[in-house]
Amino acid sequence: MEILLAIVIGALYAAAVYMLLRRGIVKLLIGLSLLSHAANLLIFTAAGLTRGGPPLVALEGQASTLPQADPLPQALILTAIVISFAVTAFALALAYRVYYTTGSGDMDDLQQSDIS
Amino acid sequence: MSITVLSGLAGSLLAAPLQRTAPRRAGWLLALLPLGLFIYFLTLLGPVSAGRTLVETLPWAPGLGVEFSFYLDGLGLLMALLVSGIGALVLVYAGGYLEGHPQLGRMYAFLLVFMSAMLGVVLSGHLLTTFLFWELTSISSFLLIGFDHKDETSRKSALQALLVTGGGGLAMLAGLVLLNQAAGTLSIPALLASSPDLLKHPLAGPAAALILLGAFTKSAQFPFHFWLPNAMAAPTPVSAYLHSATMVKAGVFLILRLGPVLGDHPLWTPLVSLTGAVTLLLGAWMALSQTDLKRLLAYSTVSMLGLLTLLGGLRTPLALEAAVVFLFAHALYKGALFMVAGAVDHETGTRDVTRLGGLARRMPQTAAAALPAGLSMAALPPLFGFIAKEVVYEAALESGLFAFAAVFAASAVTVFAAAVIAVEVFWARPAGSPPREPHEAPLALRLGPLVLAGLGLLAGLLPGPLDRALLSPAAAGLVGHPLQPGLALWHGLTPLLAYSALTFAAGALLYLARRPLRRLAAALTAGFGPDRLYDLAYAGVFRLAAWQTGLLQHGTLRYYLNLTVLAATGLVGTVLLLYGGLNMPAAFPGATFYEVLIAALILLAAGFAITTRSRLGAVAALGVVGYGVAAIFLLFGAPDLAMTQFLIESLTVILFVLAFYHLPDFERFSSRRTRLRDMLVAMLAGVLMTVLTLSAVGIQIFPTISSYYAQAALPEAHGRNITNVILVDFRGFDTLGENVVLALAAIGVFALLKFPKRRQP
Repeated sequence: MEILLAIVIGALYAAAVYMLLRRGIVKLLIGLSLLSHAANLLIFTAAGLTRGGPPLVALEGQASTLPQADPLPQALILTAIVISFAVTAFALALAYRVYYTTGSGDMDDLQQSDIS
Repeated sequence: MSITVLSGLAGSLLAAPLQRTAPRRAGWLLALLPLGLFIYFLTLLGPVSAGRTLVETLPWAPGLGVEFSFYLDGLGLLMALLVSGIGALVLVYAGGYLEGHPQLGRMYAFLLVFMSAMLGVVLSGHLLTTFLFWELTSISSFLLIGFDHKDETSRKSALQALLVTGGGGLAMLAGLVLLNQAAGTLSIPALLASSPDLLKHPLAGPAAALILLGAFTKSAQFPFHFWLPNAMAAPTPVSAYLHSATMVKAGVFLILRLGPVLGDHPLWTPLVSLTGAVTLLLGAWMALSQTDLKRLLAYSTVSMLGLLTLLGGLRTPLALEAAVVFLFAHALYKGALFMVAGAVDHETGTRDVTRLGGLARRMPQTAAAALPAGLSMAALPPLFGFIAKEVVYEAALESGLFAFAAVFAASAVTVFAAAVIAVEVFWARPAGSPPREPHEAPLALRLGPLVLAGLGLLAGLLPGPLDRALLSPAAAGLVGHPLQPGLALWHGLTPLLAYSALTFAAGALLYLARRPLRRLAAALTAGFGPDRLYDLAYAGVFRLAAWQTGLLQHGTLRYYLNLTVLAATGLVGTVLLLYGGLNMPAAFPGATFYEVLIAALILLAAGFAITTRSRLGAVAALGVVGYGVAAIFLLFGAPDLAMTQFLIESLTVILFVLAFYHLPDFERFSSRRTRLRDMLVAMLAGVLMTVLTLSAVGIQIFPTISSYYAQAALPEAHGRNITNVILVDFRGFDTLGENVVLALAAIGVFALLKFPKRRQP
């Protein structure tokens, strides 16, 4: 499974980088989102996969038989998911403002768009 | 001793206020400080000539083995006497030379800072302290050459001197670090006592070469000699003090100082003496064509510094003694002649010898100072220069014909240069007319040259006491055993005397042929040399910077990203290949059918997202990728993550769709070739991440702290969901930070949307 996930992570990174290298501003945003998925999955996989129980403290007398997943990377990723949402939202608003101001969705046009 | 070294710094603070309150007397008053130091150093003559060395150590950074220490032996005392004595005269001289100059106070301050730094160089007992003061002399030299900062030539020369000597200083620092590696210490007494095994250390050679590089730049040795003549843009007191008598001797001083430590290295003698010999001849040759008095003296100084370096490279006892004696003689006569040149410039408005002549009648006292100094430079008896030249000849003869021939040729040119400044300017028929009607220089301008020239005469007449008290002890410290003081004016009718007479005759011939000689030498050397190389390198640095900035800072986002991704991939990949390799556990647990299905879904969706031409399709595919990731979270024991991911992904898709109304459609901007190139970059990054993931999975460097959280969750945080407890309790501040980020993003979004709506034409 780790090999499979590693391939998925690599593919997601490749897709994200490819989209980030586009000139269209919307593609850039999609690349950004893909990148955060790839990163989250990387942390999750690198921390060790446990097929089984969520990290819960069992109720008395109901000891779980399943191995428990590591809670720490989960906490990290949870924060990362929320923050990447904030970043996406901000980037969308920024892209909107850029398009509105310059009338162009081409990143290469932004070189000459300094507002004096 | 530390007080004597640092007093100049304190004095420099006083200089400007003193100049304001007593503008006419400030130079005389400030000169009292170096004069006091001079007298203090004189009182040390007794113990030092008895063979004692004075050491004073203050801990500075003891943990690093760095100390603020001072070490005074014969050589150090000789240099300290020169620095403080000439310093006093130069302060007085500067007061006369720049009288009424609005920034005279600044000049005094810089001169005192320099004096302090130079004393630090010659008295330091630890090479790192030496380096510190060494750099301080470079900086004060920069400030003093650029004193007339409204003049472009001054600024350019100041920068050139700083870059050349500062660059050499950096090389020296590297050399010192290597020396520290090799010897285990940089303390001078410890180094002097170190065993000869030091030279067998593989780093000893590079250390010596780098330190010598620093010394060569400082002492204007070929091919770094060019900064010194250009430094003549400085006011004359500076030229007399820094660029003839003291600072440029710092390199020679270091060569002499480290000779006993590194001098037996096979690299030393060839490198040092060859550089010295080349500089000796080159300086002499360049001096022939000069008509500017100061540049003439500067090239003559370059030549004589070459001589000192040559002697420091030969390292025979006689050569070391000759170096010490000649260093002293040179400081006296060259300092005096620079001051004379400055006085002439001050009174006539020109330093061009072709416009000067017959000044002896108008400036009799200046001429009276110039004559003995010039005779000393021309090595005529009974001046001290004669005695020094005899010792130099003896040392050169001893080491072979080549050295002697070089010294002989350069000495003849020295006679010529001495004749130009002492005879042509004052006694010859005027060839042109100076811009101003000349009259006698004021006392402040006469005092320095008169005292120095008088000392040269006195030392020539009575060499014995000077030799016993100062010069022999200084040389003895370098040779390693006490020397028999043997300086005398008259040695009888020896071959040396004949050589001296021959030298004088050759120099006199050069002088008589001076006019055609100047034209010839100028024609042969026009516009050539390392000065041009420096200019080219200087311009080249700027061109390189512009090219590199254009290459890296082009202002296009995707090229920045391209470079960043490629650099990161390249660096990480190289390290991974070289050190890690693929560090994968032998076997991974296999994947179940539905896990493969989810992975395939993610791959397909990602592929669709990057290839589709529909925005909506891309966003939908993005959502599928997110849901797929969430499903993986769910399968591997992270339901909280999965839930969050489902929610956030849905929100993101909604947000995209909402925003699309205001965003441009997908367009094909880039060519097929660009897409292929980007695809290649992306694939490289992807492959690297796959390999990296596989390597990372197998590694657990530290025991995880998760078990602590699992145990403490219920008793301490009263929660059963460990992930939740970590987020809201154990790492609550992180979550607070996350909330702040969310709030900031919200404010940012609001601001971007509600900004005054203005469309750019």
